[in-house]
Amino acid sequence: MSNAMGIIFSNIHDSDVPELTQNRTLGSIPFCGRYRLVDFALSNMVNSDITKVGLITKSNYQSLMDHVGSGKDWDLARRHGGLHMLPPFGVEENTSLYNTRLEALKNIIGFIEKSNEQYVVMTDCDLVCNMDYDAILKTHIKNGADITLVYGMANAKDMSPTNNIVLKTDDDGRVADILFNPRAQGEIKLFANVFILKRNLLYNLVKDAISHNKHHFSAEIIAQSVGSLRIFGYEHKGYLAKITSLQSYYDKSMELLDRSKMKEVFENNNVYTKIRDSAPTKYSAGAKVKNSLIADGCVIEGEVENSILFRGVKVSRGSVIKNSILMQDTIIGEKCFINCIITDKNVIVTDGRNLSGCDVNPFYIRKFSKL
Amino acid sequence: MYRKKECVAMLLAGGQGSRLYALTTKIAKPAVSFGGKYRIIDFPLSNCVNSGIDTVGVLTQYQPLVLNEYIGNGAPWDLDRAYGGVHILSPYQAKGRSDWYKGTANAIYQNLYFIKSFDPDYVLILSGDHIYKMDYSHMLEFHKESGADCTIAAIQVPWEDTSRFGIINSDEKGRISGFEEKPKNATSNLASMGIYIFNAKKLYAYLETDSKDKASDNDFGKNVLPAMLAAGENMFAYTFEGYWKDVGTIDSLYEANMDLLGESPTLDLTDRNWRIHSRNPIAPPHYAGENAKISNSIISLGCIIDGVVENSILSAGVTVKKGAVVKDSIILSGAEICENAEVNYSLIDENSHIGVGAKVGVEKDKKAKITVIGRDYGVPDGDVVNGGEILDSCEA
Repeated sequence: MSNAMGIIFSNIHDSDVPELTQNRTLGSIPFCGRYRLVDFALSNMVNSDITKVGLITKSNYQSLMDHVGSGKDWDLARRHGGLHMLPPFGVEENTSLYNTRLEALKNIIGFIEKSNEQYVVMTDCDLVCNMDYDAILKTHIKNGADITLVYGMANAKDMSPTNNIVLKTDDDGRVADILFNPRAQGEIKLFANVFILKRNLLYNLVKDAISHNKHHFSAEIIAQSVGSLRIFGYEHKGYLAKITSLQSYYDKSMELLDRSKMKEVFENNNVYTKIRDSAPTKYSAGAKVKNSLIADGCVIEGEVENSILFRGVKVSRGSVIKNSILMQDTIIGEKCFINCIITDKNVIVTDGRNLSGCDVNPFYIRKFSKL
Repeated sequence: MYRKKECVAMLLAGGQGSRLYALTTKIAKPAVSFGGKYRIIDFPLSNCVNSGIDTVGVLTQYQPLVLNEYIGNGAPWDLDRAYGGVHILSPYQAKGRSDWYKGTANAIYQNLYFIKSFDPDYVLILSGDHIYKMDYSHMLEFHKESGADCTIAAIQVPWEDTSRFGIINSDEKGRISGFEEKPKNATSNLASMGIYIFNAKKLYAYLETDSKDKASDNDFGKNVLPAMLAAGENMFAYTFEGYWKDVGTIDSLYEANMDLLGESPTLDLTDRNWRIHSRNPIAPPHYAGENAKISNSIISLGCIIDGVVENSILSAGVTVKKGAVVKDSIILSGAEICENAEVNYSLIDENSHIGVGAKVGVEKDKKAKITVIGRDYGVPDGDVVNGGEILDSCEA
């Protein structure tokens, strides 16, 4: 599928998870021990043979730049194609930062125009999944579609408070209606914000939107074109997690302790990430670890249960960690009790602390805090 | 174009490592796994980059496929350089001659053209069978300050072990007065580490002479160094203090791995100022299941553990199923230990399969011998593999 290029929006849903995006983009939120959310989109692209990827950023993107670097760890450091960082671009008529997907696309209209791939795959960074864009493109072509929108089946009660786009399709899979935050019940087709379309069409749609002073891609362009363009839905049948809040970040992280889900996301395909060259994890004689995911470079002297430990975490003697997510280089002192806590990077918890959130409201501790 | 490097490192990685038996049937010794995620060659390569040496020739000869693939373009060690970087040097056919590398000195001699292309002042000779962390730039400083033509890194070994090493006699400033190869009654306990720094011009001259000597074994230790000493060149011993282990035998390889365990291990790889770089596996964090009991062990990425693991080192992607027990063992990448299997004091090579209820090895005590299961070997369900057995499915 070398005939497609990728566009990844790294900032679009930043405001959904304000705690974790204080100093970073949604795309650079640490996830599952050693990844960042952008790794899933990037790896899916690479695994689908898409080797030219534009990564759109807006603000707070230092951590993202630091993470992806030249793209080498995803095999995207290339002379032809490869990774293109697309930071905001101040043009005369648009000197402020973009606020919507369409404005972001306006900013990179030159990148879209100058590319020569026939198709474009667009995705956001809020998805944890193993998605085969190649299969979607084949279906797109078979359907004779102008635009294909990827959705997952979901229950209406699992919708997040905002930003839900629900598709209605006819028997052939053609999209008949696109609804924004509808009142719905039972099974719904929840749009995953993954689009496939021809590059020329995207270019024309964005150009046309500029001349008509439109601002919203899905609402003002896609939804308005249901009658005039052949828009098809494509159901992603595999595991699909959408991070829409701190709570869902916690829930979806914990969900990966389920072996079958973990297997689907990580073992049926490679998920690439930045290499840190940590030593393997060391358990000391008194360690007790149960139902947990542990990345490299950890030192475990205490007890860990139902938790996710990122690279370089230390759990000292006599401490108990339960139902928690400890990000990179968190240090837990001796005889602490930690339950339903999310620590951001480089948090230090001193000896004897007893910290607890609860599973429906995990407690978040900011980067570099010392307790 | 300006082409010059102060120091070029040449890494001798062609050894077969025959005393590692099944472990080196298909791969060269420097490619043997170590410490969960490393291969032996990561140590000299990482030492090089950490010491500021960015030009390394790796001399390969025996079973180079895995080693070559592992080194690749050198990117994991930051050795993918526009000028310099890592170069794989295999024996080649030249006009008028085509030879395998006959000895360590001959291997370097055949690649003098490579060294000279960087016009170095110094040449550092390394071997690919030791585990250690060493700043070669300190040794180079010592070499320059002492005005040596050749400096040999040396380490003090226990007196009872001197008969296993090349022993160096030197004065308090390090000036070398003599060598003894594996002496019965040593007069010094300073052992050569097989790490040499030469003034480049001297090295070229002595290698030319040595290559013309039909009687020579073309070996640094046996021929070149004694010849230099006899000719009155300035030769110094640089005493290294720190962890250093020759991992040329199964037992020493096992010991070096075990040196990583414990409360304050003798070999510490977590030092962030001296990282050992390696080609990282593409794998998720490891998973410890409901029935996992892991203690005093090292576990790498991608492992799935639902059994008991004690005093052991597991490389990436190892599976230990429910009811299985792994004790005092080293399990290499991709191996699978099935339900209720027991593995004791063993070294299980890559992608081996230990069947349901199988028993491999005996409990570690003073008399026990280590058991080795070779690469891709399958131990059938319920089978018993006795202590000290070495099983290998590969054709040599």
